[in-house]
Amino acid sequence: MTNTPANAKRTVGWMGIHRGHKARPVEWLAEKFIFLVSLTAILMVFLIFVFVAREALPLVLGQMNSAAARPAIPAKDMDKLKPAELQEYLGLTPAEFKGLDKEALQALMEVREEEAKEAPKDKDAKVNTTEWKYLFGAHEWSDSRPEDRHVWQPIGRIHKYNLWPLIIGSLKTTLVALLFSVPLALAAAIYVSQLSSPSLKEWLKPAIEMLSGVPSVVLGFFGLIVMATFLQSVFGYQSRLNAFVAGIALGLAVIPVVFSIAEDALTSVPRSYTQAALALGASKWQAAWQIVLPAAAPGVFAAVVLGFGRAIGETMVVLMASGNASIMSWSLFDSTRSITATIAAELAEAVFGGHHYRMLFLIGAMLFIVTFLTNLAGDLIMHRLKGRLEGKAK
Amino acid sequence: MAAFSPTQVTLNTAKPTEGAGAPLIASEGVNLHYGATQALKNISLTIGERHVTAFIGPSGCGKSTFLRCFNRMNDLIDSVRITGSIKIGGQDIYSPDVDVIELRKRIGMVFQRSNPFPKSIYDNITYGLKLHGMTAKSELDATVEQSLRGAALWDEVKDRLHTSALGLSGGQQQRLCIARAIAIKPEILLMDEPASALDPIATAKIEELILELKREFTIVIVTHNMQQAARISDQTAFFYLGELIEFDTTAKIFTNPSKKQTEDYVTGRFG
Repeated sequence: MTNTPANAKRTVGWMGIHRGHKARPVEWLAEKFIFLVSLTAILMVFLIFVFVAREALPLVLGQMNSAAARPAIPAKDMDKLKPAELQEYLGLTPAEFKGLDKEALQALMEVREEEAKEAPKDKDAKVNTTEWKYLFGAHEWSDSRPEDRHVWQPIGRIHKYNLWPLIIGSLKTTLVALLFSVPLALAAAIYVSQLSSPSLKEWLKPAIEMLSGVPSVVLGFFGLIVMATFLQSVFGYQSRLNAFVAGIALGLAVIPVVFSIAEDALTSVPRSYTQAALALGASKWQAAWQIVLPAAAPGVFAAVVLGFGRAIGETMVVLMASGNASIMSWSLFDSTRSITATIAAELAEAVFGGHHYRMLFLIGAMLFIVTFLTNLAGDLIMHRLKGRLEGKAK
Repeated sequence: MAAFSPTQVTLNTAKPTEGAGAPLIASEGVNLHYGATQALKNISLTIGERHVTAFIGPSGCGKSTFLRCFNRMNDLIDSVRITGSIKIGGQDIYSPDVDVIELRKRIGMVFQRSNPFPKSIYDNITYGLKLHGMTAKSELDATVEQSLRGAALWDEVKDRLHTSALGLSGGQQQRLCIARAIAIKPEILLMDEPASALDPIATAKIEELILELKREFTIVIVTHNMQQAARISDQTAFFYLGELIEFDTTAKIFTNPSKKQTEDYVTGRFG
């Protein structure tokens, strides 16, 4: 007992070691709280996906019908239908169906009959454009040029929901953005982390990272007004707003993301690698390019994957600078429209619960899945690279 | 515990190589400042060709800093200022028209912590060779084998040359670093406490290796371990607080030092 400090709260004997978490209740609580917070993040991602996917589900299950002309049953024949058939015919949910009395149902049937009489008579009026073959396959529409075409045209007599123009639009802008920003961001990251003097680094790094502080609507505005005019006068293409302009403006948003993460990855490569290379007679540039960059490959790869996520998910810049025309074209210099811009622009006008509304949720869910899979694949590749560097994996 | 006395030290009895000892590196009045602090004060000494020269002294005495002056690794630190002259083979290496890269190609360096590149064993060694412009596969293969044998590592790794160097043990990694340094056939080999992080067996292997390498290379080694300095070096320099206290043959430093401070240090009274 002589060694124990006079005021130490120590139990006699060794029983005290059984106190477990009760010994440090605040730390225990804090840890549990942080755990809950991180769990909530996962839950939120999951809930967002569930919500988006749920809105799109009727489309996926083929329960929606967007045909302008649907066969009508005369209102006087209402009694011949079973309640379930009637509910399906009128496109009502069970709850809605229950809330309506016989007269209301009768009125709805008359409206339907009326619609059928006024419906267009051409061959496409009866087509349910939300079927998969119309979403992905070309079709010769009666109200446009006589050829098989991929058309996204949700407003109009026939609602055309072909997804290719939007998918290609998103891919084009993302591709341009990455081709423009990744080399620039990586070069800047290599320069700042390996070649620049510490004093230069001190203001270069925050300056580049400040780009990420520019609101995307401002970037979009800049792209729309300044860059569009400038690039058009340099390259002389026809449409002022196009995938190229949007891609470059988008690239400005991607640069700080890629730069920041790549720079961290490069900086965290042990200095001893650089020193070893320099001592062998490598130039600073050779050491950075041949030793540090390969050693930082997993982190640099992660930077590019995150840059891709930012590019394909960014909305405002593309909405403003792309020209917003859902044209099926691989040319970078045609106006284009991305998936994100389509959702942003059209969701407010779509009828709640209608096929257009659900279609927008469907493309939203698709976007979600694409970014999720990209991140997953990126993660797997990153672990592979890391393992190879550390000499674990073959 | 028995007091450490100079007579207990095993001295290096290996005969100097034929024709060794001609002056190769000569430093005169070298001062080095890190910002406002002076790390080296007026250091003058001459290092003989194909000799092993050991720098000893307590931590922070400037011995590693001085070693790094020879291949200008101190250039990498922004606030370093060096005055005085260091000549290698009669050429001032701090003259403004010196190509540091060319200089470093002729001086190998082994660091305190083994630092193999995160590449395969083979690529670790060929990296320096490729920098020197060697491209023929057969030549590369031969040099890899030769330098791995030189570093006493060949038998342990010959079957896994193309696996990552980071899978090797600490001692093997350090020997790989030595192999990497000698592969480019430098004229001078600088070693900054090459065995400080290693176990006794690995250390013994590296010491044997140094005695072997001495036939071809001029070796300057920084060490904390005085027995090591005594075992492997021909000449020893004792540094204290940035000053060169004494520089003489190893036998003299460890048996009959002329300065009191040196005697106190080698007998373990301080440091």
